[in-house]
Amino acid sequence: MPEPTVFELSSPGRQGAYFPEPDVPRADIPKSIMRDDLPLPEIAEVDVVRHFTRLSQLNHGVDTGFYPLGSCTMKYNPKINEETVRLAGFANIHPLQPIETVQGAIGLMYELQEWLKELSGFDEVSLQPAAGAHGELTGVLIMRAYHQARKDHKRVKMLIPDSAHGTNPASSAMSGLKIVQLPSDARGNIDMEALCAECDDTLAGIMITNPSTLGLFDEHLQEVCDCVHEAGGLVYGDGANFNAIMGISRPADCGADVLHFNLHKTFATPHGGGGPGSGPVGVTAELAPFLPGPIAAVIDEGSEEEPPLYSLVNPKKSIGRVKAFHGHFGIMVRAFTYMMMLGGEGLRAASEHAVLNANYIQARLRDTYTIPYDRICMHEFVAEGHWEDAPGIHALDISKRLMDFGIHPPTNYFPLIVPEALMIEPTETESKETLDVFADTMIKIAEEALTNPELLQTAPHNTPFGRLDEVKAARELVLCCWLPENKEE
Amino acid sequence: MFLPHTDADREAMLRTIGVEKIADLFKSLPGEHLFPELDLPPGVTEIEALEELQHIADANETTGELISFLGAGAYNHYSPAVVDSILRRGEFYTAYTPYQPEISQGTLQAIFEYQSMIVGLTGMDVSNASHYDGATAVAEAVNMAYHNFRGKRAKIVLSPGLHPHYRETVHTYTVDSDILLEGEHTPLDAGPQALIPLIDENTALVAVQYPDFFGRVHDFSKLIEAAHEAKALVAVHVNPLALGLLKPPGDFGADIVTGEGQSLGIPLSFGGPYLGIFAARNKYVRKMAGRIVGETQDTRGQRGYVLTLSTREQHIRRERATSNICTNQGLVALAAAVYMSLLGKNGLQQLAELNYHKAHYAAEQIASIEGFELAYAEPFFNEFTVRCPKPVAELNAKLLHFDILGGYDLGEAYANAGLEEHMLIAVTEMISREEIDHFVEALTEVTNA
Repeated sequence: MPEPTVFELSSPGRQGAYFPEPDVPRADIPKSIMRDDLPLPEIAEVDVVRHFTRLSQLNHGVDTGFYPLGSCTMKYNPKINEETVRLAGFANIHPLQPIETVQGAIGLMYELQEWLKELSGFDEVSLQPAAGAHGELTGVLIMRAYHQARKDHKRVKMLIPDSAHGTNPASSAMSGLKIVQLPSDARGNIDMEALCAECDDTLAGIMITNPSTLGLFDEHLQEVCDCVHEAGGLVYGDGANFNAIMGISRPADCGADVLHFNLHKTFATPHGGGGPGSGPVGVTAELAPFLPGPIAAVIDEGSEEEPPLYSLVNPKKSIGRVKAFHGHFGIMVRAFTYMMMLGGEGLRAASEHAVLNANYIQARLRDTYTIPYDRICMHEFVAEGHWEDAPGIHALDISKRLMDFGIHPPTNYFPLIVPEALMIEPTETESKETLDVFADTMIKIAEEALTNPELLQTAPHNTPFGRLDEVKAARELVLCCWLPENKEE
Repeated sequence: MFLPHTDADREAMLRTIGVEKIADLFKSLPGEHLFPELDLPPGVTEIEALEELQHIADANETTGELISFLGAGAYNHYSPAVVDSILRRGEFYTAYTPYQPEISQGTLQAIFEYQSMIVGLTGMDVSNASHYDGATAVAEAVNMAYHNFRGKRAKIVLSPGLHPHYRETVHTYTVDSDILLEGEHTPLDAGPQALIPLIDENTALVAVQYPDFFGRVHDFSKLIEAAHEAKALVAVHVNPLALGLLKPPGDFGADIVTGEGQSLGIPLSFGGPYLGIFAARNKYVRKMAGRIVGETQDTRGQRGYVLTLSTREQHIRRERATSNICTNQGLVALAAAVYMSLLGKNGLQQLAELNYHKAHYAAEQIASIEGFELAYAEPFFNEFTVRCPKPVAELNAKLLHFDILGGYDLGEAYANAGLEEHMLIAVTEMISREEIDHFVEALTEVTNA
């Protein structure tokens, strides 16, 4: 049964929250500034609670079942993070308080920056960006600012591999750069010949996701970085897949100049149904003056009796702020809690087991599904969701059928260079039993594709909703409930 | 920690993969830098982590311990228990972007309802699923207006009454384009009319704030008329709580409404995560950035919801997309939706009025202290600017001894605009009459000290 909307639940005169009568004299409110009507719903508290509880039950989350959504790192989100972020000392502090009243908060930001520096090998980190795509934009603006500061104005070309996420070219375009797409070679690496041909004095840099969206560590990474650096370009690392390499390989050691992290993927902060995330940016010493502020810093080392004094500072040639205040502090608290619990060795173990889990599923599915780049993968891999002898079946049908077994589908149709892509990322927090159930289900669905294709094409069957008509949604464009004023029409 | 693997599992899995040990999985990586030494502490258990974080949190002084008059874009409000109780549902917070609508109807319908309530509150026709915060929502409005004229109108008029962080963010976003930003240095007391001479046929957008950064509620009708005569768009940035009381921008001709949604039940949390509201007139729906949820039907004839108009977005258009935004502030938008549903029509209006009355009482009392006066005559909502007889930093330092967080020091961001000794004071429902009186006494004392 579909759930009514809040406007359908509304009855004039109801209210779900109350506030005290004013304890001060009532001031005059000029009629000229007041609104006539406020078209919001009127619902009792219990019905608001039931409405949103029922809505929640229509969702699949990591807490309800396996979520192998490739490139999204849907690992378990520890419950303790939800407690620490709500400590009054973190939740109830204003961003513009005097620094001496928020030493704990700035100190936590400082420590988080230090952890990210150690894990990545970079010299400086800004926690300001609000999400991965926002971190990308920040990183690209830093690269631009670096070239401009050197009066190297002709560097307007950004190289982006064809396997990249769509935000890479979009972020570069927002920074006024010209995008040149690079093909992948037969092993899923960047095509070196195509790369070298583009490495000239108009090169601003390259955006590399490593491991790539194919789940592969580029075998020519060092040559790629050398080639770009020799031409005077910079290497941007998209840290979307950092969960594969913590304590295993550091981007700065391999030649990256700038990288964004996704605290909501790698460091177990919840995805929240599509945000809020957090996309800190790490850079080499050469790029550090361009970072967006404010950055947490120690301005007085302190002594044996006195703790250090922290403050928020702006780098000398900063590109400027990319949002208001200091970044998504609530996400930083969660990530820091997680990192502290795992410690250095625990983070390394997390990456090792993320890679172990992905390779295990890849091995179990190899005989049933085509693996276009069949080698040891990192934390994820891409399979093809179609077979020659089942021509009517697409990756989408397999995905929808998976829902019938309580499993969230892998990422579909991405990366674009694999036909009928199913991008599978199990993460390290899943047990062998969960992985086996998934592999068994995928094999069973492959059988069904031959014996009963219609079962897949009409899936899902066991979910509260069947397939939704996206064409109708885009054609008829209903983007808003019927508001009370429309109702009367 | 958080790994379910037993030794037997690991062995069986490695055998299936066909390698001997986990390290063998990393053979294709550059060997010289493999498995670096990490200078990081060992892990701890939950008890120890909580103790340590409690210790760090205790080093902060909260708005519960101090009486806070700080606003300037982030406000200390009450969030009813229902809001957090819904946010804590794992089905909501451990899900991702609703790519698979059949098993994401909870998130999708909640966002659809959020969009609808934002439409009702702002008087616009459509809302997106949200941006990162108020600052990035304004930057996206600039971006949208510029693209609306296919880059042929390069001028953006920014009101000096827009939050300084928002204006800085717009500068950062537009540095590599041919966009010209004007208007920020027009005189602060000249009102919105001062922007009119800047509007011409090269102007894509006029962006203002309502109430503005200094708390003032302006009448924008003449400015908007002038902008529309030049066929430029107008973006009005709002505090959504103020719209519980004030005329919605849809009533006076705005084309775009952006907002900082933090005042809708979102904790201060040292500045984030907050909520970027973005709504517009129908004709701009295909030019808006960000996720949008639309109504449709499923194969069983049931009403349901999907992400729609995705052909505008980066994963389809790549470098031709107008914005790189990928997600929204999903969970924060959910919080705002729960908050607005709960307070509803009457609750939001009552709360807005309560804020209005308290702020006006405080303003009257403070203006009666010798040497203090209200800086502006315009109507205000829950925040106002006061001219002080001494530098604000000096007063605030002393107020802390009274456990009072004084107002925002306008001398910091507006040193060259004649606001050296001006304080921006916010008063919300969290402040009692006694606390206002205590503030007034303390202000009198520290001024004379």
